[in-house]
Amino acid sequence: MTTTTTTTTTTPTAGHGFWRIAYSGFCAIVFAFLVAPILVIVPLSFNAEPYFTFTEGMLRLDADAWSLRWYRQIVEDEEWSRALANSLLIGVSATVLATALGTLAALGLSNPAMPARRFATGLLISPMVTPVIISAAGMFFFYSNLGLAQTHLGLILAHAALGTPFVVITVTATLAGYDQNLSRAAASMGAGPLTVFRRVQLPLIAPGVISGGIFAFAASFDEVVVVLFMGGIEQRTIPRQMWSGIREEISPAILAVAVFLIVFAVLFLLTVEWLRRRNAR
Amino acid sequence: MSEHPEQQAGRSRPGLGSGPPPGHSRPDSTSDPRPGPRFDPRLRAALLVLPLLVFVGVTFLAPLANMLVRSVYDPVVADALPETLDRLRAWDGEGLPDESVYETLAREILAAREDRTLGQVATRVNRVQSGLRSAFTRTARRLRNVDEGPWSDAMTGIHAAWGETGTWRALREAGDRYTSRHYLNALDLQRDPAGFIAFQPEDRRIYLFLLWRTLLVSLGVTALCLLIGYPVARLIAHAPPRRANLLLILVLVPFWTSLLVRTTSWIVLLQNQGVLNDMLVFLGVIGDDGRLAMIYNMTGTFVAMTHVLLPFMVLPLYSVMSAIPRVQTSAAESLGASPWQSFWRVYWPQTLPGVGAGSLLVFILAIGYYITPALVGGSTGQLISNMIAFHMQSSLNWSLAAALGGILLVCVAGLYVLYDRLVGIERMRLG
Repeated sequence: MTTTTTTTTTTPTAGHGFWRIAYSGFCAIVFAFLVAPILVIVPLSFNAEPYFTFTEGMLRLDADAWSLRWYRQIVEDEEWSRALANSLLIGVSATVLATALGTLAALGLSNPAMPARRFATGLLISPMVTPVIISAAGMFFFYSNLGLAQTHLGLILAHAALGTPFVVITVTATLAGYDQNLSRAAASMGAGPLTVFRRVQLPLIAPGVISGGIFAFAASFDEVVVVLFMGGIEQRTIPRQMWSGIREEISPAILAVAVFLIVFAVLFLLTVEWLRRRNAR
Repeated sequence: MSEHPEQQAGRSRPGLGSGPPPGHSRPDSTSDPRPGPRFDPRLRAALLVLPLLVFVGVTFLAPLANMLVRSVYDPVVADALPETLDRLRAWDGEGLPDESVYETLAREILAAREDRTLGQVATRVNRVQSGLRSAFTRTARRLRNVDEGPWSDAMTGIHAAWGETGTWRALREAGDRYTSRHYLNALDLQRDPAGFIAFQPEDRRIYLFLLWRTLLVSLGVTALCLLIGYPVARLIAHAPPRRANLLLILVLVPFWTSLLVRTTSWIVLLQNQGVLNDMLVFLGVIGDDGRLAMIYNMTGTFVAMTHVLLPFMVLPLYSVMSAIPRVQTSAAESLGASPWQSFWRVYWPQTLPGVGAGSLLVFILAIGYYITPALVGGSTGQLISNMIAFHMQSSLNWSLAAALGGILLVCVAGLYVLYDRLVGIERMRLG
């Protein structure tokens, strides 16, 4: 590691020892601000007492002050297991739908011949930037009229719509690095368009497609407002269950769920970063 | 694992956006059609996009359009009291309408009671002028015992409101199928009896203040994110690759972590009996009775929003910064520029695309923020989105919710177009 040379030449405050330390210190505080709130949840979820803070026993590392009771509680609780089942059903279905449609659309959008490309891209990305309260309100009216409110199908369609921009963005970015000559070479040797896509293009852009799918799944897995407006008791997902937990009676069981979700997030993050790196090679 | 891929991607397009645009990678692909294409390439591309366009159109854009229609169109009163409204249109708006109007309304109120639509009618008229709900319900209940006219005397006897000019004006206004009333309401405006647009009485103005607060909070959060995100992005962009990857993960962990988890974290940290207050008490900075109120108010909203949105600032900044060659600033310094000059005149101008992209993105996301204020905002930290939710779920004034949503949607759409012009939507990058 050539740390010394790089930092001294690039920092505008080079040679001013005090400012360099101040700069690093400031950045360290910001990094702590980003990560510490998430980390603090992990030890607190092992609290033996129903409090949201460290008890004296925990600080003394007293074994009795630490326990798995909240984890036991969420595993045994039927509401949480039903919420998990709902989250998985809705998330996976929405992801499959969003990934298939989004990948197709990205193929079209990446083609320079696509008419009105900018406008089409704008429309397709809009679900990502529209305030979720507006999407949820609009969907509530519209899906109620169609009889799709308070059904799993309605939530799957809604989450798929909200998830497609992630797939479109990721796959389009991957396609920008795809060499069209490969498709042409395959076609010149007699492969039909479908074979070219399936045997040549898809395997090469697969990392982008999978990343997009993970983004779409994570979006659905974390979505609460649409579920709040459109879902009934039968459609309660994990975020919805957490929402009631936070609003009504806040119990450390939520912290145990949060730890699960943090583990999920880290797994998603590492997978996507790994795929990105694979794709860059 | 030598270098982060984004650095490579960025370097090939120095100074621009947050990633390579699609489609421009191989310019030769236009000029050279595939062997034996069955379709026109334009049609082929359009057909690939079409399924998603239809899907998003039906599942997302149609609901938005439906909501916007709802904000100006409401047929309930017009459908329930058609003849009364017809006759009222002939009325000059002064004094009281004549006996025939009373007679028609009496008949239609009883019919609406049979259809069970009277409650909806009463609610809508009541929103134009409060206090009129009881005029409808009580009249409907007692009119059954009245067999003959004069109906004006009978109705005024049941509820005094029928003897007031304002009641009939309100009824006429509520009977409009298409109305700008909800948008006026959402901007604290109303029509005065002469038909001119004027402000609501002072004690009934709430929405402009809330819009203003939302704007201020969004600007504040954006500025704070830029202020603390810029140095951090710069540190990551110019750190050695291995360390840069590690630091980038620290930014990405909150980016990926569930919003509800992060909000829970802030409750745990900031609440009255929370970790931060406990620490301050333990350190003797504050007394046990002087615990700081850091959550369920504006502070909570502000801190949690900044935490959630900071990665959206750091990532575009990082992407642009990592494309700036390191030798430039050192060249400037070797030519005699002070560190400040080399930053301000060489480095900063080149990062402006990232500053623009990050700030706009954070601002767009902030202005429509709902979940965090709802959970940690208390009563003083609520934003415009929370008011929409209130009218959707509690007051059930859906038309007003739709109008507020329409206003917010116009703001966001404007910013979105601006983002497309300045940055390019197709260059938006995730993570």
